[in-house]
Amino acid sequence: MKRFNPAYSFLYILWIVLFVIAPLVLIVYQSFFDISGHLTLANYQAYFGSGTYLKMTLNSIWYALLITLLTLLISYPTAYWLNQTKNKQLWLLLIILPTWINLLLKAYAFIGILSQNGSVNHFLTFVGIGPQQLLFTNASFIFVAAYIEIPFMILPIFNAIDELNPSFVNASRDLGATNWQTFSKVIFPLTINGVKAGVQAVFIPSLSLFMLTRLIGGNKVITLGTAIEEHFLVTQNWGMGSTIGVVLIVAMVIIMFVTGERRKKGRKGE
Amino acid sequence: MKRLVSFILGILAVCLLLFMTSSHLQKAQGLTNSDTLTLYNWGDYIDPQLIKKFQRETGYKVRVETFDSNEAMFTKIQQGGTSYDLAVPSEYMVQKMRKAHLLKPLNKSRIHGLANINSRFLNLGFDPDNRYSVPYFWGTLGIVYNDQMVKANQVQHWRDLWSPRFRNQIMLVDSARDIMGMALIEQGHSVNTTNPVQLNAAKKRLDQLSPNVKAIVADEIKMYMAQDEAAVAVTWSGEASEMMANNSHLHYVVPSEGSNLWFDNLVIPRTAKHYKAIYAFINFMLRPENAAQNATYVGYATPNKAAEKKLPKSVANDPQFYPDEKTISHLQVYQDLGPRMVGIYNDKFLEFKMHGH
Amino acid sequence: MKKRFSWQNLYLIFVFALLYVPIFYLIFYSFNRGGTMTHFTGFTWQHYTELFSDSRMIEIVVDTLLIALLSSLLATIIGTLGALQIYSVKRPVVKNAILSLNNILMVSPDVIIGASFLIFFTFLGFKLGFGSVLLSHIAFSIPIVVLMVLPKLNEMNLSLIDAATDLGATNFQVFSRVILPYIAPGVFAGYFMAFTYSLDDFAVTFFVTGNGFETLSVEIYARARQGISLEINALSALMFVFSLLLVVGYYFLNQYNSSKRTRKRQRLEATQIK
Repeated sequence: MKRFNPAYSFLYILWIVLFVIAPLVLIVYQSFFDISGHLTLANYQAYFGSGTYLKMTLNSIWYALLITLLTLLISYPTAYWLNQTKNKQLWLLLIILPTWINLLLKAYAFIGILSQNGSVNHFLTFVGIGPQQLLFTNASFIFVAAYIEIPFMILPIFNAIDELNPSFVNASRDLGATNWQTFSKVIFPLTINGVKAGVQAVFIPSLSLFMLTRLIGGNKVITLGTAIEEHFLVTQNWGMGSTIGVVLIVAMVIIMFVTGERRKKGRKGE
Repeated sequence: MKRLVSFILGILAVCLLLFMTSSHLQKAQGLTNSDTLTLYNWGDYIDPQLIKKFQRETGYKVRVETFDSNEAMFTKIQQGGTSYDLAVPSEYMVQKMRKAHLLKPLNKSRIHGLANINSRFLNLGFDPDNRYSVPYFWGTLGIVYNDQMVKANQVQHWRDLWSPRFRNQIMLVDSARDIMGMALIEQGHSVNTTNPVQLNAAKKRLDQLSPNVKAIVADEIKMYMAQDEAAVAVTWSGEASEMMANNSHLHYVVPSEGSNLWFDNLVIPRTAKHYKAIYAFINFMLRPENAAQNATYVGYATPNKAAEKKLPKSVANDPQFYPDEKTISHLQVYQDLGPRMVGIYNDKFLEFKMHGH
Repeated sequence: MKKRFSWQNLYLIFVFALLYVPIFYLIFYSFNRGGTMTHFTGFTWQHYTELFSDSRMIEIVVDTLLIALLSSLLATIIGTLGALQIYSVKRPVVKNAILSLNNILMVSPDVIIGASFLIFFTFLGFKLGFGSVLLSHIAFSIPIVVLMVLPKLNEMNLSLIDAATDLGATNFQVFSRVILPYIAPGVFAGYFMAFTYSLDDFAVTFFVTGNGFETLSVEIYARARQGISLEINALSALMFVFSLLLVVGYYFLNQYNSSKRTRKRQRLEATQIK
């Protein structure tokens, strides 16, 4: 291809400068100020020095991992089998459609479903198990978070499988591979980029979930997002909030570089 | 390419249609003229009928915009770019906004009916002489219990909440000042203490409460309690009255050893523009019949003494929401402790939340 | 073979049921006379009639759709051009750097984005309202468009472009005849996702809105203070049914058109052969 004329992407560059770099500079700048407006490293000391924030970070990563894993386990087979249906594009659209309903409303619906007098507990009482405490448990938090994230995982995996050349699969079958071998040696490695994209799209937002931690988790799970929200909206300690934000962004950049383009390119070159 | 272009044109056509509909609707509501008063209020915190009445009486239009926390409102007003004429902050926020020079002083000569307000609620520490604020609603912090699960005599005081009887039964409102304040009062200290020893002791005391805490939630607490999700909740009187309207098994107690007394107040932020309309509105809301109507709709306690007389006896004499003099004398008002101290309160509360597991 | 197939369908039915249960729950209770989302006491249309007489609410819905359609359109155009730019960068380090910048808004918590946009707009003296909300929605939708378009570009066969240039196509022709048709599915997916993000957003909009302009999610949050009113359920039910019809209708119209087009082409080819 002849070199792409940069004049066309002027707006994109402008966007990066105005809406990415400018806020980024602002956040980094703010992270060096304490709550009374003095220039300081105290926020970083508080973050890395006190056990509270590190414990919260680990907790947050742990829950994000669980959410991502559960989402992946549900989404991969869905994306795979969805690809074999007739009208698969229509079904894919229907997977995305639930995300158009307001998140808060869906959370309230789940509260109705999971509460003491809710539908699930009516069912449990009916089959003789008796009502259980479902809301405010870790399990229900992970479940509802995964519910929210599923469409964002299915989409990239679906696209990757969609692009998979069926002749590879056929070749593998012809050569006598079992279904499992075909899947683990051919299909999964060839769709790994879709999985990566899906994990990126789910894992990092899961670190910064905030509303569900309160509504469904009863604030028993505190994520980085909850802490940032508190510091921006309640404590008004924008410095500390920005510090956690900087940590999140650095984590994201590391994840991008580890799972990013470079490796793929290298493999292609071989 | 052709399909893409027609797709784009299609969307633009729909946008144009939507834009025309929107401006038509705006005109129909008459919100485009310059005589519009913008009230920046908590969600559903004024009777819509009163707004209609005000518009009919005075000819001014009212536009209500809403916020969901004092701090978010503070940020919006501080940054400007909007034209809010009146806002409704809580008392400690009045103090904070005053310090940040975000408020315009009231011109008392243009206000009629301030005498209707109970003198107990005027000239308080957060705003001496009411130079900046007119009380709008007031209330307390207290305990809500469900009489199907708890007997009345089991929850009369803050210390009762620590009883092992309530394991995984209590909901707390997600507010650092209030929950730390509860622990401080339980230990006999001031809710405005800056003494680190007392604060640490309060935090330790809260950690002991952890096994009893079912969840720490915000506005949803009303719905949860109304649905019998928990036996006991610590929350504000206004929220309590709303839950009780939906579930007759709920009752509200203000512990006699003391609690918090809070106010929401009408103030004029520095973004204000339409002063005639502002004073017309303040005077309108001070009129006893209007204040009473608003209190009936919102369900919070009115500071307007004349309005109190117009309320049904069952409401005005209800000790849950209009407590007796002795209880009121033990109530404490929050003061703005400055950002550093507030930060410490919040950090302690965050640590308590994380202590849960 | 047959048995395995039914297991697959069973699984898919299960996933769809899971995704739609809360939505049907919402719709079911929009007909509840009881006024809450737990006890169904009787059937009523009351919440729907309330909704239709609430002209402020209708205005908000219209504004929300306007913002969503327009912002996602502009974000798709800018994002697609941006993806082309990233694609044309050869050095992997630069590429990764731009991609990281691109992704920052995707991973930053909404509250941070909202607060920093607010500071930014007020710093510029921008009046808060429709314009600031539109710009913010464009801003946070661009990265997802880039992420949807870029993989399509990466898998594009370069020889296609070479062939086109060899045959004397201009740059614009290469773009409109070769590249664009190839990446179109990614562009549409990007538009779709941008639209989704815009509809969903609460925190950013809350910060950057003002002067009477509101979107649906901000209004829902404000009203949720008193518990969700079933009027909102009724609204969601209507919007859901409407978008369902739109999506299904669009899909089948598309199918019908493309099959007509192929038939036409076949006929054309047939006549040419004659």
